[in-house]
Amino acid sequence: MLSGKPTRREFLQGTGILIVSFSLPSAFKSALAQAANSSKIVALDEVDAYLAVDATGRVTLYSGKVELGTGVSTALKQIVAEELDVPITAIKLIEGDTLLTPAQGKTWGSLTIQNGGVQIRQAAATARQALLQEAGKRLGLPVADLAVEQGTVRSGAKQVTYAELIGGKNFSLKLDKQAPLKDPANYKIVGKPILREDIPPKVTGEFTYVQDFNLPGALHGRIVRPPTIGASLQSVDENSIRGIPGVVKVVQQNNFLAVVAESEWGAIQAAQKLKANWSDWQGLPDQSKLWEYVRATKITKDDVTSNVGDADKALAQASKKIDATYDFAIHTHGSIGPSCAVADFKDGKLTCWSASQGPHDLRTQLAAMLSLKDTDVHVVYMEGAGCYGRNAHEDAAADAALLAHTMGRPVRVQWMREEEHGWDPKGPPTLMDLHAGLDANGQVVAWRSELFVPDGTGGVVVKLLAAEAAGLPVDKGMSPGNIINNSAIPYSFPNVKTVAHRLAETPFRPSWIRAPGRMQNTFCNEAFLDEVAVAAGADPFDFRLRYLSNDPRGTELLKRLIQLAKWRGRNATPTTGDVARGRGVTYVKYELARTYVGAVADVEVNRKSGEIRVRRFAVVQDCGQVINPEGVRNQIEGNVVQTVSRTLKEEVTFDRSRVTSVNWANYPILTFPEVPEIDIDLIDRPTEKPWGVGEPAAAVVPSAIANAVFDATGVRLRSVPFTPAKVRAALQSASEAGHVVDVPQIASLAFNQDISQSPIPYSTVTDFARFLG
Amino acid sequence: MAAKSIPLHVNGKIAHVSVDDPDMPLLYALRDNLGLRGPHFGCGLGQCGACTVHIDGNAVRSCVMPLSSVGKKKIVTLEGLSLSGKLAPIQEAFVSEQAAQCGYCINGMIMQAAAFLAHNKNPNEDQIKQALADNLCRCGTHLRIVRAVKRAAT
Ligand code: FES
Ligand code: FES
Repeated sequence: MLSGKPTRREFLQGTGILIVSFSLPSAFKSALAQAANSSKIVALDEVDAYLAVDATGRVTLYSGKVELGTGVSTALKQIVAEELDVPITAIKLIEGDTLLTPAQGKTWGSLTIQNGGVQIRQAAATARQALLQEAGKRLGLPVADLAVEQGTVRSGAKQVTYAELIGGKNFSLKLDKQAPLKDPANYKIVGKPILREDIPPKVTGEFTYVQDFNLPGALHGRIVRPPTIGASLQSVDENSIRGIPGVVKVVQQNNFLAVVAESEWGAIQAAQKLKANWSDWQGLPDQSKLWEYVRATKITKDDVTSNVGDADKALAQASKKIDATYDFAIHTHGSIGPSCAVADFKDGKLTCWSASQGPHDLRTQLAAMLSLKDTDVHVVYMEGAGCYGRNAHEDAAADAALLAHTMGRPVRVQWMREEEHGWDPKGPPTLMDLHAGLDANGQVVAWRSELFVPDGTGGVVVKLLAAEAAGLPVDKGMSPGNIINNSAIPYSFPNVKTVAHRLAETPFRPSWIRAPGRMQNTFCNEAFLDEVAVAAGADPFDFRLRYLSNDPRGTELLKRLIQLAKWRGRNATPTTGDVARGRGVTYVKYELARTYVGAVADVEVNRKSGEIRVRRFAVVQDCGQVINPEGVRNQIEGNVVQTVSRTLKEEVTFDRSRVTSVNWANYPILTFPEVPEIDIDLIDRPTEKPWGVGEPAAAVVPSAIANAVFDATGVRLRSVPFTPAKVRAALQSASEAGHVVDVPQIASLAFNQDISQSPIPYSTVTDFARFLG
Repeated sequence: MAAKSIPLHVNGKIAHVSVDDPDMPLLYALRDNLGLRGPHFGCGLGQCGACTVHIDGNAVRSCVMPLSSVGKKKIVTLEGLSLSGKLAPIQEAFVSEQAAQCGYCINGMIMQAAAFLAHNKNPNEDQIKQALADNLCRCGTHLRIVRAVKRAAT
């Protein structure tokens, strides 16, 4: 069987019979070059860690943050092109290579631009300052007289290029926090909808995803997963796969079982057919009693995320009390391409090609697993199918590393669909109890909540499946990400207490999936706030604005949302007929510290079938300075669509032994006919800090839908996903209790919607001409 | 089992692939034997569309298509959609609409849409959404994909 990839040209120009010759994908070539160049500066405070200018003037940007499909590779180049005044096409990006790029932290938490990009901008500003000073010396002119255009420093007829000034040499400069940044008023590239460079090769098939990458002579590995999560391997019958061509070895180490074969299909068949005996295991909780299980789990500590006044006392004295419990199901990442990695172990050193969001952390984990020094492990990032947090890419990397280490030959491991659904780490179950108190005038006097989520004793890495199964050194504890964020609220009530009970256990390895915790907590808080607003007889916008009076950006955002959504108030009564229609309002200030998002959802609820159709989302977002408005919009759309899917449909199912939702038939996601229209008003504030956009708009989606369903039907949905069965049950019990139409009259909008008085300068990019007309 | 050489008509040429198992799905022959990695592995179950290719002009899930059943039928992959060296109009439309996030699903979207557009010259949005109903995208690029297909159709 042939392996290796013929170039497109060889295939297309072949005359009849295809002649395959090896053409190394460029990532491999650069890895070879890198090995020779192990002295590349990567210290976080050095300009050379981030930037190099070669003898032809081409700029290389070294980024520790990686492209996960969000378009940041284009945005980061825009930042450098702007600050250095070079054409964006003159910049080459190398990302997430542990030998070549600075360790800027994982690509997570919507921090790539906000933190990584800002570091890179400072490096570029420092470089520009030094280049101008050097140019001034060479040209005998004061720096103030110099201007830069397309990488050439000029003053009148005199000029010198960056290539002449630095080409091929190190800057040998520390990042200078004082280096002047360009005035945003002069921006030509930042803030513009520059087209993504990765899209043309992605539409032709020329793009090499990690799933498309391989090394000459590599073996194909497939892992044989046990039938139950906690099973021990008792025996293996290698005879069961005799006769499958190309099988090279059955690899067994404690409970780690895998096959390696010369061909991919051989490996797949062998893994399917290999007979093994495993011990029984039934350690999962009963899914039908999941929330009782969560409530009964041992609490290791309480994190008090906010505490103002005396919430308990104020609740006891309130004239009206509202109580509710919200929950959010276990979710899987569901990347469209299952995780994949290639590893090579040679001369005591491991190289691993992975789509990990944290190549530097992965290096440390792989080194620990194989008892190697960090410096003997080289992780090279390659883009994979979209990943929305810590999915299984790191686990596939560990599988490949262990097999390459065992075989002494390169190994490619591609997970199968049921592995990805069954064994990736999960977004853990979330439960929140909420209580609020109103005084006789409908003012909120108290808010109290208790959140139940797994603890974070595992730090920032999720333990590797292969290390655990093989009995190799493994990280301890659980790492669900910082999921207590946004359990506190943005509203200034006089008495507030929000507490997170951190739990000692959770059913599956937890990890972080897009807007981890922020989404679940915002769902609970914003849906409950809607309940409180109704109890207070207030319009949901009016109610929020009342308690956001000290936040001008939040206030402006909500006022713009009223206009974008053409908000006219709630339904006076739930709509009648089989299909009920309603609208729901929601708001988040991400982590109470950055990107603002507000949304209005329009839904239809079929009272008979229980089906919810989300027709439209109106979203206003303020993420400070916008680097690429088209990229930001793409992220807002993605956040909304993906989270409508999570809210309406998604739930990992399991029996006492294993995950049972192991493919798209039993873990369905949103399809084309179900996707809502999305209207976006993007507030650009060029003089403010750029904040993250990859997650915040996800956080508002579930509560917007829940509130819209209430508006339509008078029924509260407090448990994600909002499946038809749950909707029917909620409608049924409400009609039995007789309060489907028991909605208090809502005061009409009581404020002036004039936003021209805004205290903060803004410019809208909603009317940006579509970039290609 | 001895290796067998099977001729395939791919992107306008005959290519011979040497396989141990003639029931191996077409996807692996395209990707591993012929190095055509436009079609992607997504599920191997016919559920997601990432592996879509054209067989005699129809959009087919290559992950569940045994090699032995392809016979003399003509296969076109994403790489063969345009042999002129220029992007096909549907590819150009995806670029114009910036219709990708990670882009892993995009092979399926383009191949499904191209087969659909060949028989439906001027579809409305609902028809496009129906045509793509069995293609999954996890990044939530749907609206852009619909706009791209619409653009390619007009
Ligand atoms: S990979 Fe073929 S349909 Fe999913
Ligand atoms: S663009 Fe990522 S799966 Fe569709």
